Amino acid sequence: MAVYKFKTPISEQDIRKLKVNDVLYVTGTIVTARDQAHRRALEYFQQGKPLPLNLEGLAVFHCGPVVSKEGDKWSAVAAGPTTSTRMDIFEDEFIKNFKVRVVIGKGGMGKKTTDAMAKYGAVYGAFTGGAAILAAKAIKNVRGAEWLDLGTPEALWIFEVEEFGPLAVAIDSHGNNIFLDVAKNVEANKQRIYQKLGIPT
Amino acid sequence: METKIVETTAFNILKQAVIYLPDDVKQALQKAYAGETSETGKTQLKAILDNIALAEKYQAPVCQDTGTIIFYVKAGDKVKDLDKVEGAIINAVRKATKEVPLRPNAVDPFTQKNSGDNTGRYIPYINWEIASGSDLEMTVMTKGGGSENVCIGGMLVPGEGVKGLKKFVVDAVIKAGAQPCPPTILGIAVGGGADIAMKTAKKALLKPLNEPNADPELAKLEKEIFEAANMTGIGPMGLGGRTTVLGVHIDYAFRHPASFPAAVAFNCWATRRASARIHADGSVEYLTHKLKW
Ligand code: SF4
Repeated sequence: MAVYKFKTPISEQDIRKLKVNDVLYVTGTIVTARDQAHRRALEYFQQGKPLPLNLEGLAVFHCGPVVSKEGDKWSAVAAGPTTSTRMDIFEDEFIKNFKVRVVIGKGGMGKKTTDAMAKYGAVYGAFTGGAAILAAKAIKNVRGAEWLDLGTPEALWIFEVEEFGPLAVAIDSHGNNIFLDVAKNVEANKQRIYQKLGIPT
Repeated sequence: METKIVETTAFNILKQAVIYLPDDVKQALQKAYAGETSETGKTQLKAILDNIALAEKYQAPVCQDTGTIIFYVKAGDKVKDLDKVEGAIINAVRKATKEVPLRPNAVDPFTQKNSGDNTGRYIPYINWEIASGSDLEMTVMTKGGGSENVCIGGMLVPGEGVKGLKKFVVDAVIKAGAQPCPPTILGIAVGGGADIAMKTAKKALLKPLNEPNADPELAKLEKEIFEAANMTGIGPMGLGGRTTVLGVHIDYAFRHPASFPAAVAFNCWATRRASARIHADGSVEYLTHKLKW
Protein backbone atom coordinates (compact mmCIF):
# COMPACT_ATOMS: atom_id res chain seq x y z
CA MET A 1 0.00 0.00 0.00
CA ALA A 2 1.61 3.21 -1.16
CA VAL A 3 0.36 6.73 -0.57
CA TYR A 4 0.24 9.13 -3.54
CA LYS A 5 -0.51 12.83 -3.63
CA PHE A 6 -1.42 14.10 -7.08
CA LYS A 7 -2.22 17.56 -8.38
CA THR A 8 -4.69 18.08 -11.21
CA PRO A 9 -4.45 17.92 -14.15
CA ILE A 10 -3.20 14.37 -13.60
CA SER A 11 -1.33 12.71 -16.46
CA GLU A 12 -2.07 9.25 -17.76
CA GLN A 13 1.46 8.27 -16.90
CA ASP A 14 0.99 9.21 -13.24
CA ILE A 15 -2.38 7.52 -12.93
CA ARG A 16 -0.92 4.28 -14.25
CA LYS A 17 1.48 4.18 -11.29
CA LEU A 18 -1.44 3.48 -8.97
CA LYS A 19 -2.37 -0.05 -7.95
CA VAL A 20 -5.42 -1.23 -6.06
CA ASN A 21 -5.14 -0.72 -2.28
CA ASP A 22 -2.96 2.35 -2.73
CA VAL A 23 -4.15 5.54 -1.08
CA LEU A 24 -4.55 8.71 -3.10
CA TYR A 25 -4.99 12.35 -2.12
CA VAL A 26 -6.00 14.81 -4.81
CA THR A 27 -5.20 18.52 -4.84
CA GLY A 28 -6.64 20.80 -7.48
CA THR A 29 -9.99 20.67 -9.20
CA ILE A 30 -12.71 18.10 -8.73
CA VAL A 31 -16.15 18.25 -10.27
CA THR A 32 -19.32 16.65 -8.93
CA ALA A 33 -21.61 14.77 -11.25
CA ARG A 34 -24.49 12.41 -10.52
CA ASP A 35 -26.78 10.61 -12.96
CA GLN A 36 -28.30 13.65 -14.59
CA ALA A 37 -25.07 15.59 -15.01
CA HIS A 38 -23.47 12.50 -16.56
CA ARG A 39 -26.34 12.19 -19.01
CA ARG A 40 -26.23 15.87 -19.96
CA ALA A 41 -22.46 15.90 -20.36
CA LEU A 42 -22.64 12.97 -22.75
CA GLU A 43 -25.45 14.65 -24.69
CA TYR A 44 -23.35 17.80 -25.01
CA PHE A 45 -20.45 15.74 -26.29
CA GLN A 46 -22.61 14.12 -28.96
CA GLN A 47 -23.90 17.51 -30.05
CA GLY A 48 -20.38 18.91 -30.11
CA LYS A 49 -21.22 21.46 -27.39
CA PRO A 50 -18.43 22.29 -24.94
CA LEU A 51 -18.80 21.54 -21.22
CA PRO A 52 -18.57 24.42 -18.72
CA LEU A 53 -14.96 23.35 -18.17
CA ASN A 54 -12.42 20.98 -19.66
CA LEU A 55 -12.37 17.82 -17.53
CA GLU A 56 -9.15 16.35 -18.88
CA GLY A 57 -6.91 15.19 -16.04
CA LEU A 58 -9.45 16.12 -13.36
CA ALA A 59 -11.45 14.05 -10.88
CA VAL A 60 -15.19 13.51 -11.10
CA PHE A 61 -16.95 13.10 -7.76
CA HIS A 62 -20.24 11.21 -7.30
CA CYS A 63 -21.72 13.55 -4.75
CA GLY A 64 -24.80 15.64 -4.02
CA PRO A 65 -23.37 18.14 -1.55
CA VAL A 66 -25.13 20.16 1.12
CA VAL A 67 -24.23 23.70 0.13
CA SER A 68 -24.91 27.12 1.56
CA LYS A 69 -24.82 30.52 -0.09
CA GLU A 70 -23.81 33.79 1.49
CA GLY A 71 -24.24 36.72 -0.86
CA ASP A 72 -23.21 35.15 -4.13
CA LYS A 73 -20.54 32.93 -2.59
CA TRP A 74 -21.24 29.22 -2.28
CA SER A 75 -19.64 26.93 0.26
CA ALA A 76 -19.79 23.18 0.82
CA VAL A 77 -21.17 22.23 4.23
CA ALA A 78 -21.18 18.45 3.83
CA ALA A 79 -20.03 16.53 0.80
CA GLY A 80 -19.85 12.77 1.25
CA PRO A 81 -19.98 10.41 -1.73
CA THR A 82 -23.10 8.84 -3.14
CA THR A 83 -23.45 5.28 -4.42
CA SER A 84 -21.55 4.97 -7.69
CA THR A 85 -23.43 2.05 -9.23
CA ARG A 86 -26.06 4.42 -10.63
CA MET A 87 -23.40 6.05 -12.81
CA ASP A 88 -22.06 2.74 -14.11
CA ILE A 89 -24.11 3.02 -17.30
CA PHE A 90 -22.42 6.31 -18.24
CA GLU A 91 -18.92 6.10 -16.86
CA ASP A 92 -17.10 4.28 -19.66
CA GLU A 93 -18.19 6.87 -22.23
CA PHE A 94 -17.51 9.63 -19.74
CA ILE A 95 -13.92 8.49 -19.19
CA LYS A 96 -13.36 7.97 -22.90
CA ASN A 97 -14.76 11.32 -24.03
CA PHE A 98 -13.60 13.65 -21.27
CA LYS A 99 -10.38 11.93 -20.11
CA VAL A 100 -11.07 12.29 -16.41
CA ARG A 101 -8.36 10.47 -14.49
CA VAL A 102 -10.08 9.82 -11.16
CA VAL A 103 -13.64 8.80 -10.40
CA ILE A 104 -14.56 9.29 -6.73
CA GLY A 105 -17.53 7.63 -5.08
CA LYS A 106 -18.65 4.87 -2.77
CA GLY A 107 -19.71 1.28 -3.27
CA GLY A 108 -17.66 0.59 -6.39
CA MET A 109 -18.36 0.14 -10.10
CA GLY A 110 -18.62 -2.77 -12.48
CA LYS A 111 -16.76 -4.50 -15.26
CA LYS A 112 -17.53 -2.01 -18.03
CA THR A 113 -16.09 0.90 -16.07
CA THR A 114 -13.11 -1.21 -15.02
CA ASP A 115 -12.36 -1.97 -18.67
CA ALA A 116 -12.64 1.70 -19.65
CA MET A 117 -10.27 2.64 -16.83
CA ALA A 118 -7.72 0.15 -18.08
CA LYS A 119 -8.08 1.29 -21.67
CA TYR A 120 -7.99 5.06 -21.20
CA GLY A 121 -6.06 5.37 -17.94
CA ALA A 122 -8.22 6.24 -14.94
CA VAL A 123 -8.80 4.96 -11.40
CA TYR A 124 -11.72 4.69 -9.01
CA GLY A 125 -11.03 6.20 -5.60
CA ALA A 126 -13.40 5.04 -2.87
CA PHE A 127 -14.15 7.83 -0.44
CA THR A 128 -15.47 6.68 2.92
CA GLY A 129 -19.27 6.70 2.83
CA GLY A 130 -20.78 9.22 5.20
CA ALA A 131 -17.50 10.99 5.92
CA ALA A 132 -19.08 14.24 4.84
CA ILE A 133 -17.18 16.65 7.04
CA LEU A 134 -13.83 15.15 6.18
CA ALA A 135 -14.70 15.81 2.54
CA ALA A 136 -16.11 19.28 3.12
CA LYS A 137 -13.01 20.39 5.04
CA ALA A 138 -10.79 19.49 2.09
CA ILE A 139 -12.87 21.70 -0.20
CA LYS A 140 -11.17 25.06 -0.01
CA ASN A 141 -13.23 26.93 -2.54
CA VAL A 142 -16.36 26.49 -4.63
CA ARG A 143 -15.14 27.77 -7.97
CA GLY A 144 -18.32 27.25 -9.89
CA ALA A 145 -21.86 25.97 -9.83
CA GLU A 146 -23.09 24.92 -13.25
CA TRP A 147 -26.30 23.31 -14.39
CA LEU A 148 -28.14 24.44 -11.27
CA ASP A 149 -31.38 23.85 -13.17
CA LEU A 150 -30.86 20.16 -12.35
CA GLY A 151 -31.25 20.98 -8.64
CA THR A 152 -28.39 21.49 -6.17
CA PRO A 153 -27.65 17.79 -5.56
CA GLU A 154 -27.49 17.05 -9.30
CA ALA A 155 -25.68 20.20 -10.39
CA LEU A 156 -22.09 20.32 -11.57
CA TRP A 157 -20.10 21.71 -8.65
CA ILE A 158 -16.55 22.76 -9.34
CA PHE A 159 -14.50 22.43 -6.18
CA GLU A 160 -10.95 23.47 -5.47
CA VAL A 161 -9.58 20.93 -3.04
CA GLU A 162 -6.48 20.36 -0.99
CA GLU A 163 -5.41 16.81 -0.25
CA PHE A 164 -8.88 15.48 -0.83
CA GLY A 165 -8.96 11.96 0.58
CA PRO A 166 -8.06 9.41 1.68
CA LEU A 167 -9.21 7.74 -1.52
CA ALA A 168 -8.75 4.00 -1.50
CA VAL A 169 -7.77 3.01 -5.02
CA ALA A 170 -10.39 0.33 -5.55
CA ILE A 171 -10.18 0.07 -9.35
CA ASP A 172 -6.83 0.72 -10.98
CA SER A 173 -5.91 1.21 -14.63
CA HIS A 174 -4.61 -2.35 -14.93
CA GLY A 175 -7.93 -4.15 -14.78
CA ASN A 176 -8.00 -4.77 -11.01
CA ASN A 177 -11.20 -4.14 -9.08
CA ILE A 178 -11.29 -4.68 -5.30
CA PHE A 179 -15.07 -4.78 -5.23
CA LEU A 180 -15.23 -7.62 -7.74
CA ASP A 181 -12.52 -9.46 -5.79
CA VAL A 182 -14.34 -8.95 -2.49
CA ALA A 183 -17.58 -10.21 -4.07
CA LYS A 184 -15.82 -13.42 -5.16
CA ASN A 185 -14.28 -13.83 -1.74
CA VAL A 186 -17.63 -13.26 -0.01
CA GLU A 187 -19.28 -15.90 -2.18
CA ALA A 188 -16.63 -18.39 -1.09
CA ASN A 189 -16.97 -17.39 2.56
CA LYS A 190 -20.72 -17.81 2.36
CA GLN A 191 -20.36 -21.56 2.07
CA ARG A 192 -18.11 -21.66 5.15
CA ILE A 193 -20.62 -19.57 7.09
CA TYR A 194 -23.51 -21.83 6.08
CA GLN A 195 -21.52 -24.80 7.25
CA LYS A 196 -20.69 -23.20 10.58
CA LEU A 197 -24.32 -22.30 11.20
CA GLY A 198 -25.54 -25.72 10.12
CA ILE A 199 -27.48 -24.35 7.17
CA PRO A 200 -27.95 -26.94 4.42
CA THR A 201 -26.61 -25.76 1.05
CA MET B 1 -46.41 19.94 30.41
CA GLU B 2 -45.34 23.05 28.58
CA THR B 3 -45.26 22.59 24.84
CA LYS B 4 -42.28 24.90 24.54
CA ILE B 5 -40.22 22.55 26.73
CA VAL B 6 -41.22 19.60 24.56
CA GLU B 7 -40.22 21.50 21.44
CA THR B 8 -36.86 22.60 22.83
CA THR B 9 -36.08 19.11 24.10
CA ALA B 10 -37.04 17.52 20.76
CA PHE B 11 -34.82 20.06 18.97
CA ASN B 12 -31.93 19.39 21.33
CA ILE B 13 -31.99 15.61 21.01
CA LEU B 14 -32.30 15.87 17.23
CA LYS B 15 -29.32 18.20 17.05
CA GLN B 16 -27.33 15.99 19.43
CA ALA B 17 -28.14 12.90 17.41
CA VAL B 18 -27.00 14.21 14.03
CA ILE B 19 -23.74 15.71 15.33
CA TYR B 20 -22.55 13.39 18.12
CA LEU B 21 -22.54 9.64 17.68
CA PRO B 22 -23.48 7.72 20.84
CA ASP B 23 -20.47 6.70 22.98
CA ASP B 24 -21.18 2.99 22.55
CA VAL B 25 -20.97 3.32 18.75
CA LYS B 26 -17.77 5.36 18.94
CA GLN B 27 -16.21 2.75 21.23
CA ALA B 28 -17.24 -0.05 18.90
CA LEU B 29 -15.67 1.79 15.95
CA GLN B 30 -12.43 2.34 17.87
CA LYS B 31 -12.32 -1.32 18.80
CA ALA B 32 -12.98 -2.30 15.19
CA TYR B 33 -10.17 -0.01 14.02
CA ALA B 34 -7.75 -1.62 16.44
CA GLY B 35 -8.77 -5.13 15.36
CA GLU B 36 -9.04 -4.63 11.59
CA THR B 37 -6.36 -6.50 9.67
CA SER B 38 -7.13 -5.31 6.15
CA GLU B 39 -5.05 -2.23 5.44
CA THR B 40 -7.65 -0.71 3.18
CA GLY B 41 -10.38 -1.52 5.69
CA LYS B 42 -8.32 0.25 8.32
CA THR B 43 -8.04 3.42 6.23
CA GLN B 44 -11.83 3.51 6.04
CA LEU B 45 -12.30 3.12 9.79
CA LYS B 46 -9.68 5.79 10.37
CA ALA B 47 -11.52 8.16 8.03
CA ILE B 48 -14.76 7.45 9.91
CA LEU B 49 -13.14 8.22 13.28
CA ASP B 50 -11.53 11.39 11.91
CA ASN B 51 -14.85 12.45 10.47
CA ILE B 52 -16.62 11.91 13.79
CA ALA B 53 -14.05 14.09 15.56
CA LEU B 54 -14.41 16.83 12.91
CA ALA B 55 -18.20 16.78 13.19
CA GLU B 56 -17.91 17.31 16.93
CA LYS B 57 -15.33 20.05 16.55
CA TYR B 58 -17.37 22.01 14.02
CA GLN B 59 -20.77 20.98 15.41
CA ALA B 60 -21.78 19.82 11.96
CA PRO B 61 -23.88 16.77 11.04
CA VAL B 62 -21.65 13.70 10.96
CA CYS B 63 -23.05 12.62 7.56
CA GLN B 64 -24.61 14.71 4.78
CA ASP B 65 -27.60 12.38 4.75
CA THR B 66 -29.30 13.45 7.97
CA GLY B 67 -31.95 10.84 7.32
CA THR B 68 -35.65 10.34 7.83
CA ILE B 69 -36.65 11.55 11.26
CA ILE B 70 -38.37 9.09 13.57
CA PHE B 71 -39.44 9.69 17.16
CA TYR B 72 -40.25 7.19 19.89
CA VAL B 73 -42.36 8.78 22.61
CA LYS B 74 -43.11 7.08 25.90
CA ALA B 75 -45.78 9.09 27.63
CA GLY B 76 -46.75 8.75 31.27
CA ASP B 77 -50.51 8.49 31.77
CA LYS B 78 -50.47 11.60 33.93
CA VAL B 79 -48.70 13.85 31.42
CA LYS B 80 -50.90 16.79 30.43
CA ASP B 81 -51.41 18.19 26.92
CA LEU B 82 -50.34 15.03 25.14
CA ASP B 83 -52.29 16.18 22.09
CA LYS B 84 -49.76 19.01 21.67
CA VAL B 85 -46.67 16.81 21.59
CA GLU B 86 -46.92 16.00 17.89
CA GLY B 87 -47.12 19.69 16.95
CA ALA B 88 -44.14 20.47 19.18
CA ILE B 89 -42.08 17.74 17.53
CA ILE B 90 -42.96 19.00 14.04
CA ASN B 91 -41.92 22.52 15.01
CA ALA B 92 -38.66 21.17 16.41
CA VAL B 93 -37.94 19.34 13.15
CA ARG B 94 -38.60 22.45 11.05
CA LYS B 95 -36.35 24.52 13.27
CA ALA B 96 -33.57 21.91 13.25
CA THR B 97 -33.73 21.64 9.46
CA LYS B 98 -33.07 25.36 9.18
CA GLU B 99 -30.66 25.86 12.04
CA VAL B 100 -28.47 22.75 12.35
CA PRO B 101 -28.94 22.50 9.24
CA LEU B 102 -30.37 19.15 8.16
CA ARG B 103 -30.74 18.03 4.58
CA PRO B 104 -34.39 18.19 3.52
CA ASN B 105 -35.29 14.53 3.09
CA ALA B 106 -39.09 14.40 2.93
CA VAL B 107 -40.41 13.84 -0.59
CA ASP B 108 -44.00 13.25 -1.74
CA PRO B 109 -43.79 9.82 -3.40
CA PHE B 110 -46.35 10.76 -6.07
CA THR B 111 -45.43 14.30 -7.05
CA GLN B 112 -41.69 13.87 -6.18
CA LYS B 113 -41.83 17.27 -4.50
CA ASN B 114 -39.53 17.81 -1.56
CA SER B 115 -41.28 19.66 1.27
CA GLY B 116 -37.97 21.33 2.09
CA ASP B 117 -38.39 21.11 5.87
CA ASN B 118 -38.30 17.36 6.66
CA THR B 119 -42.02 17.23 7.37
CA GLY B 120 -44.88 15.77 5.39
CA ARG B 121 -47.54 13.09 5.66
CA TYR B 122 -46.55 10.83 8.63
CA ILE B 123 -43.11 12.46 8.74
CA PRO B 124 -41.55 12.91 11.26
CA TYR B 125 -42.96 9.52 12.19
CA ILE B 126 -43.91 9.18 15.83
CA ASN B 127 -44.15 5.83 17.65
CA TRP B 128 -46.26 6.13 20.79
CA GLU B 129 -46.11 4.11 23.96
CA ILE B 130 -48.10 4.68 27.16
CA ALA B 131 -46.47 4.15 30.54
CA SER B 132 -47.59 4.97 34.03
CA GLY B 133 -46.34 8.12 35.71
CA SER B 134 -45.87 11.73 34.81
CA ASP B 135 -42.67 11.68 32.70
CA LEU B 136 -42.46 12.14 28.96
CA GLU B 137 -39.56 10.24 27.41
CA MET B 138 -38.50 10.99 23.85
CA THR B 139 -36.00 9.23 21.63
CA VAL B 140 -35.10 10.32 18.14
CA MET B 141 -33.54 8.23 15.41
CA THR B 142 -32.55 9.71 12.07
CA LYS B 143 -32.26 7.02 9.51
CA GLY B 144 -30.04 7.34 6.44
CA GLY B 145 -31.23 6.24 3.02
CA GLY B 146 -28.27 4.02 2.15
CA SER B 147 -28.84 1.72 5.10
CA GLU B 148 -32.63 1.92 4.83
CA ASN B 149 -32.54 0.71 1.22
CA VAL B 150 -31.23 -2.70 2.25
CA CYS B 151 -33.67 -3.37 5.13
CA ILE B 152 -35.59 -6.51 4.38
CA GLY B 153 -38.68 -8.33 5.59
CA GLY B 154 -39.61 -11.89 4.75
CA MET B 155 -42.02 -14.68 5.58
CA LEU B 156 -39.88 -17.67 6.50
CA VAL B 157 -40.87 -21.31 6.65
CA PRO B 158 -41.94 -22.08 10.23
CA GLY B 159 -40.51 -25.60 9.99
CA GLU B 160 -37.02 -24.21 9.35
CA GLY B 161 -37.13 -22.25 12.59
CA VAL B 162 -34.05 -20.42 13.81
CA LYS B 163 -31.87 -22.02 11.13
CA GLY B 164 -34.02 -20.36 8.48
CA LEU B 165 -33.62 -17.07 10.29
CA LYS B 166 -29.83 -17.35 10.36
CA LYS B 167 -29.74 -17.94 6.61
CA PHE B 168 -32.11 -15.04 6.02
CA VAL B 169 -29.85 -12.67 7.95
CA VAL B 170 -26.57 -13.86 6.42
CA ASP B 171 -28.04 -13.58 2.92
CA ALA B 172 -29.32 -10.07 3.68
CA VAL B 173 -25.88 -8.94 4.87
CA ILE B 174 -24.22 -10.36 1.77
CA LYS B 175 -26.78 -8.87 -0.58
CA ALA B 176 -26.44 -5.47 1.10
CA GLY B 177 -22.66 -5.51 0.52
CA ALA B 178 -21.15 -2.04 0.46
CA GLN B 179 -24.47 -0.20 0.12
CA PRO B 180 -25.32 0.54 3.77
CA CYS B 181 -21.85 2.03 4.48
CA PRO B 182 -20.55 -0.86 6.59
CA PRO B 183 -19.70 -1.43 9.38
CA THR B 184 -23.40 -1.60 10.17
CA ILE B 185 -25.59 -2.50 13.11
CA LEU B 186 -28.28 -5.12 12.61
CA GLY B 187 -31.72 -5.03 14.21
CA ILE B 188 -33.39 -8.42 13.79
CA ALA B 189 -36.92 -9.38 14.75
CA VAL B 190 -39.22 -12.34 14.24
CA GLY B 191 -42.89 -12.97 14.90
CA GLY B 192 -45.96 -10.79 15.16
CA GLY B 193 -46.63 -10.20 11.49
CA ALA B 194 -44.88 -8.52 8.57
CA ASP B 195 -45.35 -5.00 9.95
CA ILE B 196 -44.69 -5.93 13.58
CA ALA B 197 -41.46 -7.74 12.72
CA MET B 198 -40.06 -4.75 10.81
CA LYS B 199 -41.10 -2.21 13.43
CA THR B 200 -39.59 -4.34 16.18
CA ALA B 201 -36.37 -4.84 14.20
CA LYS B 202 -36.00 -1.11 13.71
CA LYS B 203 -36.69 -0.38 17.35
CA ALA B 204 -34.00 -2.89 18.32
CA LEU B 205 -31.49 -0.51 16.69
CA LEU B 206 -32.05 1.85 19.61
CA LYS B 207 -30.35 -0.49 22.07
CA PRO B 208 -26.78 0.40 23.05
CA LEU B 209 -24.13 -1.88 21.58
CA ASN B 210 -22.57 -2.71 24.92
CA GLU B 211 -25.81 -4.16 26.28
CA PRO B 212 -26.18 -7.82 25.39
CA ASN B 213 -29.64 -9.34 25.25
CA ALA B 214 -31.19 -10.06 28.66
CA ASP B 215 -32.28 -13.46 27.37
CA PRO B 216 -29.16 -15.69 27.41
CA GLU B 217 -30.34 -17.77 24.45
CA LEU B 218 -30.87 -14.67 22.34
CA ALA B 219 -27.58 -13.21 23.53
CA LYS B 220 -25.93 -16.38 22.20
CA LEU B 221 -27.73 -16.07 18.88
CA GLU B 222 -26.72 -12.40 18.60
CA LYS B 223 -23.10 -13.39 19.09
CA GLU B 224 -23.36 -16.20 16.56
CA ILE B 225 -24.86 -13.92 13.91
CA PHE B 226 -22.33 -11.19 14.72
CA GLU B 227 -19.47 -13.61 14.10
CA ALA B 228 -21.07 -15.01 10.94
CA ALA B 229 -21.62 -11.54 9.46
CA ASN B 230 -18.01 -10.63 10.13
CA MET B 231 -16.83 -13.80 8.43
CA THR B 232 -18.26 -12.58 5.12
CA GLY B 233 -15.18 -10.47 4.41
CA ILE B 234 -17.25 -7.53 3.11
CA GLY B 235 -15.37 -5.21 5.44
CA PRO B 236 -15.50 -1.45 5.96
CA MET B 237 -17.23 0.18 2.97
CA GLY B 238 -17.22 -3.16 1.20
CA LEU B 239 -13.49 -2.89 0.54
CA GLY B 240 -12.73 -6.12 2.36
CA GLY B 241 -11.84 -6.86 5.96
CA ARG B 242 -13.12 -8.39 9.13
CA THR B 243 -15.34 -5.52 10.26
CA THR B 244 -18.71 -5.79 8.55
CA VAL B 245 -21.05 -5.34 11.52
CA LEU B 246 -20.53 -3.60 14.85
CA GLY B 247 -23.37 -5.27 16.67
CA VAL B 248 -26.54 -7.34 16.46
CA HIS B 249 -29.77 -6.86 18.40
CA ILE B 250 -32.57 -9.40 18.34
CA ASP B 251 -36.13 -8.94 19.51
CA TYR B 252 -39.35 -10.85 18.89
CA ALA B 253 -43.09 -11.11 19.22
CA PHE B 254 -45.07 -14.33 19.43
CA ARG B 255 -45.99 -15.67 16.01
CA HIS B 256 -49.01 -17.24 14.36
CA PRO B 257 -48.55 -21.04 14.09
CA ALA B 258 -48.57 -20.83 10.30
CA SER B 259 -46.20 -17.86 9.91
CA PHE B 260 -42.62 -16.99 10.69
CA PRO B 261 -42.27 -13.31 9.80
CA ALA B 262 -38.72 -12.00 10.00
CA ALA B 263 -37.10 -8.62 9.46
CA VAL B 264 -33.58 -7.25 9.31
CA ALA B 265 -33.12 -3.51 9.80
CA PHE B 266 -29.69 -2.08 8.99
CA ASN B 267 -28.18 1.00 10.49
CA CYS B 268 -24.98 2.44 9.06
CA TRP B 269 -21.93 3.34 11.16
CA ALA B 270 -23.49 6.83 11.30
CA THR B 271 -25.99 5.65 13.88
CA ARG B 272 -27.91 8.63 15.06
CA ARG B 273 -30.04 8.33 18.17
CA ALA B 274 -30.57 10.40 21.32
CA SER B 275 -33.03 10.41 24.22
CA ALA B 276 -34.31 12.71 26.94
CA ARG B 277 -36.85 12.57 29.75
CA ILE B 278 -39.02 15.51 30.70
CA HIS B 279 -40.30 15.49 34.28
CA ALA B 280 -43.61 16.90 35.47
CA ASP B 281 -41.86 19.97 36.91
CA GLY B 282 -40.44 20.78 33.49
CA SER B 283 -36.88 19.71 34.26
CA VAL B 284 -35.15 17.78 31.48
CA GLU B 285 -32.81 14.86 31.88
CA TYR B 286 -30.70 14.07 28.80
CA LEU B 287 -30.25 10.33 28.80
CA THR B 288 -27.73 9.56 26.07
CA HIS B 289 -25.76 12.74 25.43
CA LYS B 290 -24.63 15.62 27.60
CA LEU B 291 -26.12 18.87 26.36
CA LYS B 292 -23.23 20.75 24.72
CA TRP B 293 -24.84 24.10 23.99
S1 SF4 C 1 -25.72 4.95 4.67
FE1 SF4 C 1 -25.44 6.15 6.52
S2 SF4 C 1 -23.30 6.80 6.54
FE2 SF4 C 1 -23.79 6.11 4.47
S3 SF4 C 1 -24.34 8.01 3.39
FE3 SF4 C 1 -26.25 7.07 4.15
S4 SF4 C 1 -26.62 8.00 6.17
FE4 SF4 C 1 -24.51 8.44 5.61
